[in-house]
Amino acid sequence: MTYALELKDVSKSFGLVHANKDIDLAVSPGSIHGIIGENGAGKSTLMNIIYGMHRADKGTISFNGQQVDVRSSADAIEHGIGMVHQHFMLVPTFSVLENVMLGSEGGLTLSEGRATALERLTHLSTTYNLEVDPHALVSDLNVGQRQRVEIIKALKGGAKVLILDEPTGVLTPQEADQLFEILKVLRDDGVSVLLITHKLTEIMDITDTVSIMRQGEMVGHRKTSETSPQDLAELMVGREVLLEVTRTPATPAEVRFSAKNLGYTNSQGVVELEDINFEVRAGEILGVAGVSGNGQTQLMETLAGMLPLTTGVINILGTEVTSADATSPRIIRDLGVGHIPEDRHTHGLILDFEARENMILGFHDSELAGSGKLFDYSAIQQNCEDKMAHFDVRPSNPRLSAKNFSGGNQQKIVIAREFSANPGVLLVGQPTRGVDVGAIEFIHKQLLELRDAGCAILLVSVELDEVMSLADRIMVLCDGQNVGIIDAEKADRSTLGLMMAGQKAEAAT
Amino acid sequence: MSKPTPPLPRWADIVLLPLINLLAALVLCGLVIFAIGENPFAALKVMINGAFVYQGALGYTLFYTTSFIFTGLAVAIAFHARLFNIGAEGQASLGGLGATLVAFAMAPIPGIIALPLAIGSAALFGAAWGIVPGYLQAKRGSHIVITTIMFNFIAAALLVWLLAGMMLEPGQFSPQSSLLPEQTWLPKIHEMLGWIGLKTTATPLNASFLIALCACLFFWVLVWRSRLGYEIRTVGQNQEAAHYSGINVARVIIITMAISGAFAGLMAINQIQGVSHKLILGFTAGYGFTGIAVALMGRNHPVGIFLAALLFGALVQGGTELDFEFTVITREMVLLIQGMIILFSGALAYMFNPPLARLLARIFGTKEDANA
Repeated sequence: MTYALELKDVSKSFGLVHANKDIDLAVSPGSIHGIIGENGAGKSTLMNIIYGMHRADKGTISFNGQQVDVRSSADAIEHGIGMVHQHFMLVPTFSVLENVMLGSEGGLTLSEGRATALERLTHLSTTYNLEVDPHALVSDLNVGQRQRVEIIKALKGGAKVLILDEPTGVLTPQEADQLFEILKVLRDDGVSVLLITHKLTEIMDITDTVSIMRQGEMVGHRKTSETSPQDLAELMVGREVLLEVTRTPATPAEVRFSAKNLGYTNSQGVVELEDINFEVRAGEILGVAGVSGNGQTQLMETLAGMLPLTTGVINILGTEVTSADATSPRIIRDLGVGHIPEDRHTHGLILDFEARENMILGFHDSELAGSGKLFDYSAIQQNCEDKMAHFDVRPSNPRLSAKNFSGGNQQKIVIAREFSANPGVLLVGQPTRGVDVGAIEFIHKQLLELRDAGCAILLVSVELDEVMSLADRIMVLCDGQNVGIIDAEKADRSTLGLMMAGQKAEAAT
Repeated sequence: MSKPTPPLPRWADIVLLPLINLLAALVLCGLVIFAIGENPFAALKVMINGAFVYQGALGYTLFYTTSFIFTGLAVAIAFHARLFNIGAEGQASLGGLGATLVAFAMAPIPGIIALPLAIGSAALFGAAWGIVPGYLQAKRGSHIVITTIMFNFIAAALLVWLLAGMMLEPGQFSPQSSLLPEQTWLPKIHEMLGWIGLKTTATPLNASFLIALCACLFFWVLVWRSRLGYEIRTVGQNQEAAHYSGINVARVIIITMAISGAFAGLMAINQIQGVSHKLILGFTAGYGFTGIAVALMGRNHPVGIFLAALLFGALVQGGTELDFEFTVITREMVLLIQGMIILFSGALAYMFNPPLARLLARIFGTKEDANA
């Protein structure tokens, strides 16, 4: 049979990073095909190759059995590919109609182009239930409506393959349901829909077939009816075990850190965390597992004071913080919370600062920077030298800019800084992301030592193995909700996989 | 994708690149002067003599330098927080207003109190004029470039209104105030040298030059030795990381703009308390904008800013001399030369960066990378 879209052996690297490696993909006409994988698995790169925004290093792309060379998005559109980007590409001050006619304005005056665009727009919106007022300003539309405009734009040239990149990330559940209805109508009309997502429930709900990506590679193709969320989750996160951590059983003491009914709604009104409850005791590690993008980042940032709580109470070493309290990273830090952020380049380090200046980030008001009013650089230097020696940061040069260290050593700088403050509670996000094997082992050992010294640790990681080998108990997040907390001893990959897909712990065990 | 440019060694970035930019501007100006039928080398000689050699020339040059140091520091401190303060002009105008108002209010009070208070209020008024755009940026997200430009116009209008109205000197037709009380005047440098028995030519160079030098030192300590300076640099480098580390980003932005405005406000004491001894409409003479070029060329470092300010001071003073000596070289030609230098060291500051970096990388091999 002829596929609407077929990729063979497509590879793409950026520098040393293999974003896509020998990708095969086949999409039948009139089907919804899901592509699932974690953030950074290479899904968006692959779509950009299909849409002509990147050129593959090797491999072939065929549409309807015809091999084509897609050099630009204009080429892709000509071949009948439409794409709805994760971040909308609309002109907010233009009307819906003006946005739709962009790129096909017609002749010297706009009247002709406007008439044909209006006709096309009305036709598309009635055929596919894409209700939207052609004369409304885009800036007045809500997110769901804007997405419909994007879909109309993508379809206006008669697209036979429609790519949607993480379309539900910005939608409310109701808007997402409406979107899925639209996609089904499109499919029944013979359009092939490529749905990029990292949400398992969406794949199970709507797709006919699914391809799973991990670390730039295609690791499997499944018929949705013949697979299960658990199977998909394992394929997505199923990395080989890098190393076994030897650890003694935890000896948990008093509760140091807890959250009750914690919720966070972002500025667009999307609920990102809902009714999160947990307790962390001194001397234990609570792991947070889940497919990335299910609220882990928001959880870390609300707990660290970087985002405001919408509902609920956090109790830190006896002090309660609620949504009514003015909270800030400073206040939380002063309560005795250390925080190793998920993204060390965005949050944890100032890349252009010297290592010794990074070693006092967040502590520049303390004795570490000198006891007087002004900075004492000999103290700052000494502080950095000590910590570099203790945490084995290489090269041990405090004057080197943070950007010149390897990923593992950058992470060690952050860890050295946060561990040395002797926190009563520690928030750790993705401690070993982009870190070489040797450093991973070192970082894991340090985390366990800190736990045994009585720290209450909350560990967020998308690496299932990491959570399973370090945590004493595991909380699973799905869609911003706590699916359940289970003992690490009782946890296995399949149980966790089911929970990550949103099935409650009782049912899973 | 083009091949990435190797990083420029620090010494080349600080010393070599500005010199090449300056040279490029001078060559282009020389061609223009040649085209209108004059000898560019003779013109250059006149400019250098006019700026440094003739009697009193250095005093005049340093007088202009003083103003440029203040506005250069104002732009630079804001830039350390990645804020582009285009409003030094307006902040300096307000500084002049502050100094004048307080000086008049101090009429019966001895200089030992009145003088520092007048100076302080110049800084304070300038700071206030910087705080408002800073607040709007920090809390409302209004872009600082737009608001500071608008505040220049508001300041200009305010001064017209005051100087053509209630502050206009009685019997005077040009918009200026009456003379400040004498104890609020800043002593001239030649007077101060006279106190210790040195006789020098009378020039407008006054004690605010010394204040400017202190401001340079203060700037260095603030940015690289104080906790606030660390916060300013952190906010400038990465606001997200600043927020993570517990720094109150909005507060730092507002404080930075206050300091920036204060530096700009101090420029007014050089003109008003130092020389004219009255508030004159348009006394800022566009020096607030020149401060942007000074800060850019000086790489936001006080030593660089001093050198760049000296260059621009020499251009103003030497340019005036050029205007005197050559009939075909007019005031406009002098403005052209200044404009070229601003163009090459400001807007095109990094034009020669890639070729220079590649050249140096070829000469020195990869050794530079190791200790970069």
